[in-house]
Amino acid sequence: MSVRHSILALLDQVPNYGYQLKAEFERRTGGSWPVNVGQVYATLDRLERDGLVEQTETDSDGHVFYAITETGRAEARAWLTTAVPRATTTRDELAIKLALAVTLPGIDAETIIHAQRSATLATLQSLTRSKVAGGDPDTIDEFGWQLVVDALIFQAEAEVRWLDHSEARIARLRERGLAATAPSGAQGAPTDPPRRGRPLSTTTVVSGAANPAAGSEHPDSPVTGGAR
Amino acid sequence: MSRRERHGATELLRLEGVSMHYGSGANSVSALSGVDLTVKRGELVAIMGASGSGKSTLLTIAGGLVTPTSGEVVIDGQYLSDASSAQLAAIRRRVLGFVFQDFNLVPALTAIENVQLPLELDGWKRHKARLASLDALRLVDLEDRADHFPDDLSGGQQQRTAIARAVVGGRALILADEPTGALDSHTGELVLRMLRSRIDDGAGGILVTHDARHAAWADRIVFLKDGRIVDETRRDDPSALLGARA
Repeated sequence: MSVRHSILALLDQVPNYGYQLKAEFERRTGGSWPVNVGQVYATLDRLERDGLVEQTETDSDGHVFYAITETGRAEARAWLTTAVPRATTTRDELAIKLALAVTLPGIDAETIIHAQRSATLATLQSLTRSKVAGGDPDTIDEFGWQLVVDALIFQAEAEVRWLDHSEARIARLRERGLAATAPSGAQGAPTDPPRRGRPLSTTTVVSGAANPAAGSEHPDSPVTGGAR
Repeated sequence: MSRRERHGATELLRLEGVSMHYGSGANSVSALSGVDLTVKRGELVAIMGASGSGKSTLLTIAGGLVTPTSGEVVIDGQYLSDASSAQLAAIRRRVLGFVFQDFNLVPALTAIENVQLPLELDGWKRHKARLASLDALRLVDLEDRADHFPDDLSGGQQQRTAIARAVVGGRALILADEPTGALDSHTGELVLRMLRSRIDDGAGGILVTHDARHAAWADRIVFLKDGRIVDETRRDDPSALLGARA
């Protein structure tokens, strides 16, 4: 967990006490990840229990100083030089929401895409504004903060690109006559509950379409009743 | 000229119901349909959309390079449909500045000669044009490269020269077509920073881009799809706006 490792990395430079560690961490990351001091103390307790840091002295103001141990030093170095693992499965709410939406009759996935893209672009604008309004990027504190803001900017950009990509894919699906959501005329009463545990099968074919895929199981269709 | 300055002086560009069709009858292809758009001083508007959505058509119409099939284009208070070809040329020289993806500098001219070219075409005295061009190059941090030829400048420096050329002599409406498309990410950001500061100093602009990260430098982001505006995001209105769908 990165607060734990960040504290270790800071203590690797010089022994320090809890409140000052919180301040250093926030200063070096531009306040982009606020931590409360209780969390820092709890982390220091755990680090001490695990033998990664040890208490050294208490100054006249009552600050308890911590110093890194050799084991702690090795752990800090390992953290800094090891790649951060990325999840290969997603718990991303947006991806899940869109994946579900394309299978639900009466839900327009493109409306979801438009709303999300507007919101994400507004976030991007606000991040860009705060970056432009920031201080001198040649000071190391500001530089660290800008790196963090850049990371948020690139993540938001990636989301917009994925939304564009998804929009194009859904449009192509429609052109092929394989509507991802049911045309309104083909739906039953709006209150019809979907059948439990089965893919929806009312959505596959636009009637009369001169479409060779119509009526057959098309491999690209996310809504092919019984195919999965 | 009867319709001149009907609107406030802060408005630099207005498109009123602009449509553009190519061909006729059953073969007619619609590139733009009923687009309304305004750009004020101090405002940068980004245009986004997939290939073929009408972004470039919109920019060429906004720049008076192409006459729309229907609708009005108003630049700095002047209806282009009322303007003679000489007036149109004068508007393009005095109000508009273009910035392209591939810089479009004249290779045989130095940076400052490129910047002063539109002024000289507009009848400025050479000395006065040079002073104004030095000012413009200073604004993009390039005065020390004034006498370099484009080949001796980096891509980012060439694009900053193009921005200086776009704003030299008080020209106020910058039309930029993928200005960062040929630049690496960091250099592109420096160029956008320069563009943004010109806008903040009172120019206005349209930024055509497919890159959300670059569009985020704008005050408003407009989405084109099949020639229509389908979404519009405002900086001061972070809530999602769902425009009329095509």
